[in-house]
Amino acid sequence: MGADRKDIARYAISLGDDSLILGQRLGEWCGHAPTLEIDLFLANIALDLIGQATLLLDYAGTLEGEGRDGDKLAFHRDVLDFTNCLLVEQPNGDFGRTIARQFLFSNFQLLLFQALSNSTDATIAGIARKAAKEVAYHARVASEWMVRLGDGTEESAQRVAEGLDWSWRFVDELFEAPDAKLIEAGVAVDPASFRPAFDAAIDAVLRDACLARPADRRATVGGRRGHHSEHLGHLLSQMQFLQRTYPDARW
Amino acid sequence: MSSSGEFALWEVFVRTRSGLNHRHVGSVHAADAKMAIEAARDTYTRRMEGISLWVVPSASITASDPGDADALFAPAEDKVYRHPTFYPIPDHIKNI
Repeated sequence: MGADRKDIARYAISLGDDSLILGQRLGEWCGHAPTLEIDLFLANIALDLIGQATLLLDYAGTLEGEGRDGDKLAFHRDVLDFTNCLLVEQPNGDFGRTIARQFLFSNFQLLLFQALSNSTDATIAGIARKAAKEVAYHARVASEWMVRLGDGTEESAQRVAEGLDWSWRFVDELFEAPDAKLIEAGVAVDPASFRPAFDAAIDAVLRDACLARPADRRATVGGRRGHHSEHLGHLLSQMQFLQRTYPDARW
Repeated sequence: MSSSGEFALWEVFVRTRSGLNHRHVGSVHAADAKMAIEAARDTYTRRMEGISLWVVPSASITASDPGDADALFAPAEDKVYRHPTFYPIPDHIKNI
């Protein structure tokens, strides 16, 4: 097979980092969303994502066997050690941009977790099956909001179009192939296999939303190798504040 | 969206388990019926409170006038014979 525990751990960390960082980003809306209902909707998604991150990072820690658990991985790593995709670390912007980012990511993550439900790694398959149910809801509501904003007022259409445009250059990175050894072993999936399904899902919603698909441009990549935008460091400084100030503090 | 720029108000009803009625639990603001269902899900069923949701535009509800309360409800006060309390209920009947 050629894929050892460390390889699988690295893969689980990249999956977990995606969920963790987007969960943290969405948490920033808590208390600031346009309405109470939207506040709860964003916070619910954030909590689902942080739950996924806990499962994935705890599992990665177990595979590594170096005494790190999910908390250690979340709070004791610096920017270069994170392997989340760039899309999830992008600032929230306005509600339109947050929804556009969620729409793209949740549609991707849904197809990814559905495919990973058949992973040869039983733990990853189990986590993916559980998470796919949550993400199906995220994708659905984000898609509904795309339509409400895109086909809403002149201002909402313009803002969501700008948000979509901002997020678009980070889409190709989502489809970068993970470690070939892991794909061969059936642990990981090559996201290229579901790119047509992703494009079809996105296009269908954009049609309903009266939004144009942004023009393809040079993709911005690097997150999977730890090359992040300036935004991740700021996010971590807030997320990790307590552990940086009081290392290993406990409740 | 109404002319005031606010989303319309919807009344939310939750069925807690099979066989029970949908019960009114509160209200949400939403742009339309579909979004009202999503908002109700996020607001009222995040702790496994239900298995089915109804939403109804608040504007569609016609309420009785509080000023008419005496005429509407007081006459029932002394008609205790209308309560089905004059026979024993078997122990295994859970909901009545």
